Formats: sequence, structure tokens, C-alpha cells
Amino acid sequence: MSPSLIALTTISIIVLFGSLIGFAARRRRQMDLEQWACAGRGLGLVLVWLLMAGEMFTAYTFLGASGWAYSRGAPVLYVVGYWPLGCVVGFFILPLIWEVGRNHRMQTQADFFQVRYGSKLLAAFVALLGVVCLIPYLQLQLTGLGLIVEEASYGGVTRTPAMVIGFALVAGFVFVSGVRGVAWVSIVKDLLLISAAVFIGFAVPHFYFGGIGKMFAAMVRQKPAHLVMPGNTPNLGHAWYISTVLVSSVGFYMWPHFFAATFTAKNGDILRRNAVLMPLYALALPLMLFVGLTAVLVLPGLRDGDLSMLMIVRKTFPAWFLGIIGGAGALTAMVAAAIQLLCAATLYAKNLVRPIFAPRMSEQQTATLSRLIVLVLTAGALLLAMYSSVSLVSLYLVGVNGVAQLIPGTFLGLFSRRATTSGVFAGLATGIAIAAALTLSGRDPYYGLNAGFVGLCFNFVVTAIVSAFTRVRVASFDDVPAEFLAAQPGALASLD
Amino acid sequence: MKRPATASILLGLIPFAASCFTVSLWDRIYPIVFGLPFNFFWVILWMILAPVCLWCALRIESRRQLASQGKTGGAARAVLPGEQGGAD
Repeated sequence: MSPSLIALTTISIIVLFGSLIGFAARRRRQMDLEQWACAGRGLGLVLVWLLMAGEMFTAYTFLGASGWAYSRGAPVLYVVGYWPLGCVVGFFILPLIWEVGRNHRMQTQADFFQVRYGSKLLAAFVALLGVVCLIPYLQLQLTGLGLIVEEASYGGVTRTPAMVIGFALVAGFVFVSGVRGVAWVSIVKDLLLISAAVFIGFAVPHFYFGGIGKMFAAMVRQKPAHLVMPGNTPNLGHAWYISTVLVSSVGFYMWPHFFAATFTAKNGDILRRNAVLMPLYALALPLMLFVGLTAVLVLPGLRDGDLSMLMIVRKTFPAWFLGIIGGAGALTAMVAAAIQLLCAATLYAKNLVRPIFAPRMSEQQTATLSRLIVLVLTAGALLLAMYSSVSLVSLYLVGVNGVAQLIPGTFLGLFSRRATTSGVFAGLATGIAIAAALTLSGRDPYYGLNAGFVGLCFNFVVTAIVSAFTRVRVASFDDVPAEFLAAQPGALASLD
Repeated sequence: MKRPATASILLGLIPFAASCFTVSLWDRIYPIVFGLPFNFFWVILWMILAPVCLWCALRIESRRQLASQGKTGGAARAVLPGEQGGAD
């Protein structure tokens, strides 16, 4: 057997096995929206942990962490640095979000805004923002999947068929099993990914230098500037680090799919314990940095830094091992994409289409529509991934900076009695406009500060000023009037 | 809705102070610890110390939860109309 065939067989076995588990997770549940999008709020500590970890450890993390270490050096530390801080923020806000979510039967992030601020338009705007920000992220997973399979099969399967097959499987198990299927696939993917990452993290530096410490000693001798900020970049210094870590950690749970994962938990305490354990999951992440740094010395001058991990694995290990890495990477991209698809589809059907265009739609019809939209979004993302160009990464950055603008609405919604609907709306619009303008015109970082952070500062100021001059309609979740709940079908039933 | 205790919020701020705001103090190669440049060592260290801080905060929060449940006669539901005011 040729190396390409061996690697390809390994990848196929892993991907098919993972997908089968996803399909099997349905068992005999009736798939209403609550079950499909929130797993009936019945997941325990282990599945919630796996689901959230599965969302955070995406193909982008897998390739990007080593890629940034390779091409930019020390600024990559932000990836490792914001993770535990994001968990700290989650520890405090997720149990509160879970509690209001349970009391008001929320299934999506936009529901939170709908209930708290009592505005269909604001909720629809939040949903639209979520979908728009998720699409480039979804596309990134697709492209990552294509790259991983193409490289890991020694070019035996090119990226387009790899993307089509991978995503047909994803759309399939999301359509059938919903969020529960995703959580179960995460188990396979996590076991593989973590063991693979730990293994290559130690083995690659050991193979070329005799250990991680010796690899760093060689780096200190040859490229010391690569190891401190701004590393191999002109402008990613300390101010950038602080502002980026702040936006990424506080904005960690502002991604609509992270936010919605909160609602799958059985109780709020699970989310707290989950936050304590989550940083430990990420301990595999620094090992990916070590692989990227090894590649700086062993494989200098790669055109695409994101390929550094795969290239060095390919250079170091036999074909079957490359196949395992490829399979784990492909499954990682699929799990992440599955959650994003599910979330975007639910947002679109429940918070955009139903309230604005079809108010009479029943819960069951909304569920069916969401599931159909999964197929449409998959096809759309596939087309974009096949035909769009480099601007992908910049679109992704707009997404990150865009969802971070939901911070004031969420935090003030939980902790302040003074924030008004118009205030939050105005702040959000301002923040998005500024962050998007700076990012798209290539001014991120702006005077050394993260563009999302700049947008966020304006966002807070505008929210505060407009709130000061407008009337408070609802002061907190505890006194949401009944007419808001009526706009939220099923909500009243839960209060009996 | 029950806000977190001040003590646990302070515990949560420790990792922020140590691994975010103070970046200028620790972003350096020397001293090398366990073979890692100091900045790499420091950031990885806080991946382990942040859960320790959170674990302490978890104990504080669990104790408060038990205490408030004891007061309301072990009510299973967290938000009942009568206890909303007292939660802050």
C-alpha cells in the first residue's frame, strides 16, 4: 500500500466512526426544537464539558496555534492566555445565563435579548449579527478540513471532494441528532485530538532537538526576538496583548453557539464546575505552540504558516500516524462546524424568520425549518469555501470583533437596572460599525489596540449615554412583564 | 438571581491581574524555568493556577447556595418570587 492510501484509509475510518456515533445519539427521542437545540436541558458535567471543549478547540485552533507560533512568535501566547481567563468570566456569568434561560425558556442568544429588552427588532438584529459572524467561522472550518485532508493524504484527496464529503456527513448528523449528536461525536474527537496533540507536542521537539527545553535553548541562540512580543510582527506589542486578551476572554461566551451551549446543562452548578475544569483541557494547546516553534528551526520559509504542524508531522512520522492526525483534525473541524451550523440555523428560524415574517409558525414548524436551514447553510458555506479567496481570515476577525460587541448588552442585562433597550441597541450598532470599519480597512491593531476593543469602548460609552436619556422599560430579568413572555412561546407554560 | 460573592469575584480577578494586565513585567526570556522562556512558563502556569482560584471560588459559591437553600427550606427552584429581593 502506498503512503497516501494508508493515510487515507486511516482518515476515513476515523471520520466514519465519529459520524456513526453522531447518528446513533438520536436514539428514540422526538426531535422538537428544545431537544434539538438544547438537548432537553439534560446534559451532565461530562457531556457539557465535551460539548464546550469541542466548540472551542476548532480546526482553526488546531492549525492556527502552531501556525501563529511559526509565523508570528510570542504574540501567539494570547491564544493560551485568554483561555483560562475566558473560563473565569464563564464561571461567573454562565450560571446566571442558565438560570434566566431556564426560567424564560430561552434556546438562543437572541432569546436572551428578546426577553430582557423586550424588543423583537433588537433580538432579530442580534440573531442576524450571530448568523453573519458564524458564516465565515463555518467557512474557516471547511477550508481547514479541506487543507488537513489534502495534506494528510499526501494530496491523494484534494480539498474540494474532502470538504464535500466531510460536510455532507456533518449536515447529516446535525439534521438527525441535533446538539446531542454533536456532544457524542466530541468524545471520539477529544480522545484522539488530545492524545495526538500531547504525543506530537513532546515527540517532535524531542526528535529534532532532544527535548522541549533543548528546542527552546536552540531558539534562544538563533532567534531570541521570536520569543518575546512583538515577535515576528511589527505591531503586536503589549497594549495589543492586553486589549486582545480582554476582548477574547470577556467575549468568549458571546459567540452565539457558546452562549447557547449554556442552555444544554442540567443545572447551573455544572457550568461552574465545568469552568473550573476547562482550562485543564487547554493544556494541550501550549504543546501545539512547541510544534510550531520547532518548525521555525526545522522547516524555515514555509509559505503558509498554518501548514507548519502538518508539514512537520509529515516529515517526521510514518503515513498511518499522519492519517490519525488528519482524521482527528477533520473530525475536529466537523464537530466545530456542526455546532455552528446548528446554532446559526436555530437563530435564523427562531429569531429572524418567525418573529419578523411568519409570527404564526408553530414550535414544530420552527424546528423543521431550522433543520432544513442546516442543509441550505451547509451548501452555502461549501460554495463560499470553494470560490472565495484570502479575505476569509479578515472576515473571521470581523466576526470575532463583531460578537464581542454583545458584551455590554449581556453584562448590563444581567447586572444593571439602568440599561435601556435603545441604549443597548445604539451601543451595539456603534460598536459593530467601528470594529468592522477598522478591521476591514486593515487598521487592526489600531494604535496598538485591538479593533474589537476600540469598538467596545465606544459601545459602552454610547450605551451609557443613550440609556441615561431614555426610559427603562424592564429593570431586570426578575420583572419581565407578561407581554414580553407572550412573545416567547412556551415561556408562560414553564412558569406554572 | 443570585450575584456572586465579592470574595469569589476577587479570586477571579487574580488570574486577570497576573496573566493579562502585567504582561510587560513577565514578557521576557530569562529566567528560563523548566527549559521554558519565562513568558511561556508564566502563561502556562496560569492555566493551572486559574482553575485553583476558580476552585476556591466554587467552594465559596457552593457554601452560599447551601446556606440560602437552608433558609428557604431547601427549595429546589432557585428563583421564587419571595426571595428575589434578598439575593443581592
